[in-house]
Amino acid sequence: MNALPDGLIVFAKRDCPTCVMVAPVLRDLAGRAELTVYSQDDPTFPEGVANVIDDSGLEQSFRQNIEIVPTLIRIEGGREIGRTYGWDRDDWRALSGSNTLGEGLPASRPGCGSKSLEPGVAEDLAFRFGPVRLAARQIEISDLEDAAESCFDRGWSDGLPVVPPTPARVLRMLQGTSRQPGEVIGLVPPDLVPCTVEKVAINAVLAGCKPEYLPVVLAAVEAALIDEFCMHGLLCTTMFGSPLVLVNGPIAKAIGMNSGVNALGQGNRANATIGRALQLVIRNVGGGKPGGIDRSTLGNPGKYTFCFAEDESDDLWEPLSVERGFAHGTSTVTLFPGEGVQGIVDQKSRSPESLARSFAACLRTVDHPKLAMAGDAMLVVSPDHCRVFFAAGWSKARLRLELEKLLLTPGRDLIVGAGGIDEGVPASLADSLVPKFRPGGLLIVRAGGKAGLFSAIIAGWAASGQTGSVPVSKEITP
Amino acid sequence: MSHTILLDPTAELTPASRARAARPASLDGLTIGLLDISKARGNVFLDRIDALLTERGLTVKRYRKPTFTRVAPIALKQAISTECDMVIEGLAD
Repeated sequence: MNALPDGLIVFAKRDCPTCVMVAPVLRDLAGRAELTVYSQDDPTFPEGVANVIDDSGLEQSFRQNIEIVPTLIRIEGGREIGRTYGWDRDDWRALSGSNTLGEGLPASRPGCGSKSLEPGVAEDLAFRFGPVRLAARQIEISDLEDAAESCFDRGWSDGLPVVPPTPARVLRMLQGTSRQPGEVIGLVPPDLVPCTVEKVAINAVLAGCKPEYLPVVLAAVEAALIDEFCMHGLLCTTMFGSPLVLVNGPIAKAIGMNSGVNALGQGNRANATIGRALQLVIRNVGGGKPGGIDRSTLGNPGKYTFCFAEDESDDLWEPLSVERGFAHGTSTVTLFPGEGVQGIVDQKSRSPESLARSFAACLRTVDHPKLAMAGDAMLVVSPDHCRVFFAAGWSKARLRLELEKLLLTPGRDLIVGAGGIDEGVPASLADSLVPKFRPGGLLIVRAGGKAGLFSAIIAGWAASGQTGSVPVSKEITP
Repeated sequence: MSHTILLDPTAELTPASRARAARPASLDGLTIGLLDISKARGNVFLDRIDALLTERGLTVKRYRKPTFTRVAPIALKQAISTECDMVIEGLAD
């Protein structure tokens, strides 16, 4: 790429009425000074000027950061000493040193947008000529192939269509974070491959994320790599679990996440694609695929994606992130090794005591009614059920305390063989009161639409706690 | 010909060009499909292959595309892929 020559430089395009208006000025200038015109759309424009350079590839326009055409630049000794854009007679006269330039033209007229800034073009130019160098292998797909089908054929999909990760899309995605593309954020299991911000961005494109979701995806991937979460074990287990991403804090509203109607279901782009992006990173970067390292007997639909935000529309209950030690107003992700969704239907309880007993009765079924201290659980309380607790002044902590008491069970009812069922806790616990969950194993969050006396249990991995997976949280940073 | 560039989302542990399906080390016990695409005299070639494979005690199944001008009907592709371990296709005249 050549630097701009000394003299006067003009960037212009025929499609711009202001450029057409100043064409006589350019012919006039060409006779008075060293003039070079870079023409963005037609190398025959402007007619009558000898030194026109075809910049239809827009490389110079990109490198000179041209935003408006016409742009007039003065170069002396290889250095730019002045620039003006649009038509401004006084500026053009000052920069060119020609006091009679543009007689008969209006004093000023705005220019048009540079072709180098057109949608889709800017990212393509940034990929070809910009300072950000992407390291990922480039795979050429013939125009005879359908790019979406190629993504399936190469095994990059979870079974649903993915967005083909073109360089322009990946560069646009990377604008969602201030982190450098080459930054390694950790080793992704099961293959323990170093994963860069760029690789996460490529998979976020596949998943259908917007750039502003990328910080959440990065935090989710980083959380999944925290040793206590045991991502490798969660992936290779024959059980059901998979990372559920819960988002707290102002970013949830900022990027339009759903914590309301159908919060655990489909239909919201941020919820759907953030959870999916994490799964695709595990699949594509980590190499974790069903039938390979992923040995789940049945799996669960959340393995496509499972992500939602906690309802923080009022401060009657503390958000999960605050319970876990983060300040109010901090945006976080919390990863939980979730199975499917089990509904709790209680349309009659109007006292917190009755509703808590309902919750406890349903929570006993996590893993198996006779198992205890195995899987954690996330209890998702809907607004209608929350109102029962609010009216009685029960905090989230109070509800948890009451549930822990209600979930103490005489060991003799749970031991192997009790009730004619061979499954159960060890016989040595026969004379103990056995808690259903390990300490800290019951998470409570708020979500859901405003109508419906229903809540939900999301069971965790039966290998919860230090022997398996512990829920982890990570702050979301720009 | 123009092309689209895609950025590889994987760990790049496998070659960019996808490998062909692995060839079996032996034909013993396999079912072999013979696909006639309806080009002239394709059947002559495939009849001879059929005889040679059958002589060796292999299981052979015959299939025929309705016309060589179009891709195989989905039902035919599914029949071959579910009934055979490998397929030999007679391509030219």
